[in-house]
Amino acid sequence: MSLLDEIYKQTILEHYKRPQNFGVLPPPVLSTPGVNPACGDQLELYLRLEDGKIGAAMWQGQGCAISMASASMMTGLIRGKTIPEALDLVGKFKAMIVDGAEPAPELGDLKALAGVHKLHARVKCATLAWNTLEEALHGAR
Amino acid sequence: MIAARDLRRDFPLIAGQPDQVYLDSAASAQKPQAVIEALSRFYREHYANVHRGAYALSLEATQAYENARKTLARFVGAEEREVIFVRNATEALNLVAYAWGMKNLRPGDEILLTEMEHHANLVPWHFVAKQTGARIRAIPLTAQGRLDLDAIETLLTERTRLVSVVHMSNVLGTLNPVGEMAKAARERGALVVVDGAQSAPHLPVNVKELGADFFAFSGHKMGGPTGVGVLWGRYAVLEQMEPFLGGGEMILEVHLDRSTYAKPPQRFEAGTPAIAEAVALGAAAEYLMDVGMENVWKHDRDLLEYALQRLDEELPEVRTFGPRGPDRGGVIAFTLGGVHAHDVACALDQQGIAVRAGHHCAQPLHRKLGVPASARASFYLYTTQGDVDRFIEAMKRVREFFKDWL
Repeated sequence: MSLLDEIYKQTILEHYKRPQNFGVLPPPVLSTPGVNPACGDQLELYLRLEDGKIGAAMWQGQGCAISMASASMMTGLIRGKTIPEALDLVGKFKAMIVDGAEPAPELGDLKALAGVHKLHARVKCATLAWNTLEEALHGAR
Repeated sequence: MIAARDLRRDFPLIAGQPDQVYLDSAASAQKPQAVIEALSRFYREHYANVHRGAYALSLEATQAYENARKTLARFVGAEEREVIFVRNATEALNLVAYAWGMKNLRPGDEILLTEMEHHANLVPWHFVAKQTGARIRAIPLTAQGRLDLDAIETLLTERTRLVSVVHMSNVLGTLNPVGEMAKAARERGALVVVDGAQSAPHLPVNVKELGADFFAFSGHKMGGPTGVGVLWGRYAVLEQMEPFLGGGEMILEVHLDRSTYAKPPQRFEAGTPAIAEAVALGAAAEYLMDVGMENVWKHDRDLLEYALQRLDEELPEVRTFGPRGPDRGGVIAFTLGGVHAHDVACALDQQGIAVRAGHHCAQPLHRKLGVPASARASFYLYTTQGDVDRFIEAMKRVREFFKDWL
């Protein structure tokens, strides 16, 4: 179970148990759905853009520990970031999960998810919230 | 249990990876050496295109391909001319939907399905309903995970033109009384389609005794190669049908602006088919008939009862779905407390146990069950009681790891 301990780090389990920024933002808000059709994981990402920055970010959804913890941590990290800064974080997160790159320091606690790179089946879980964010921000431009 | 000989030795992947417990046979089965060898031997010794060459090798290939058709006919108690080689059960169901449904259904007609269908037996009918104006209705489930047979009486009317039902559920394991249903449907003049993707690999099937008009199954779930499956159709119905795909092999005569078609089954086999795969599927059917389908079914059933009993007694936090009784095959979909199915499957994988997690291509069923996803363990003739023991012990460690979510 050593790899399991490595994947399900305490940080991830904490976020899964008590998801942060969980809920709905009242309008006006940029609302974007994200779905992994193969497994049924789904979430809705709510962003409030103010002066080119992400003023507020919330989400709700259902899925596995990895997808939910990823969304929980991501919405905390991107608050106050400009759109290019947020997109840069998307790139850094995907580099860590998909390509197995060293976690960028800017990712903070999200480095707890780095082990997911070794589990190909779970890459989609970790990146669900981030793909949704990317789509939302491209739509906002 | 099948004790005559150690069948595991017949499956190179199973025999070669004793540390791995493969419990995902409902998704796809491992292959016996006989199938791997038949595929390889056909390419090494007999390969050419079928039905056209005037040379000896092509005749030899054609003979092997047609022999496979004979074997598959014997496997399900059909006539040879009623066996159509397709890619898989999904394509078989699409063939019926396009070649029969699109042509014969009108607004006001009804297609009767069930709440436990796989997406392969839902989405093609959505296409048909959209195109023809026919309406889709569904037989509901009982709390035990069986079809509500009382509801059939009211749902099956003179408007019902087609009933399409899964023989054995890929999630609940429920074995549906398709024989009785077919009889009731045919009395009202409806055509009956049976999705046999899970039943054909696991229990004796005789399509003539079932009384349906179509029966669809995949080769890869019964130890055959991927890319080949079978649609069985009652000849009198097939004869009345227009082709699904046009091209070579399926014609009688072609002009620049029109064509006439070959008789079934060639009418429905356009283009070069999966020749080697069909030949190897024949070897899979021979292998299963040699073991005996009654034995395969009994083996699945014994493992199922053993696994359910241990789960009930030792892992009360596990919720299993599906009926308890003889009308149930070797499939156990389950959830563990509030732990997501993917996390359960991932934790099992770390211990060498392969199970599937998700909605298993049955979203409406999962909605009905009230869970977004489930994990699923499924058995086949190479699964042993020792595999079930390892699964149970691994589940206990998963329970311990996720104890805060129970």
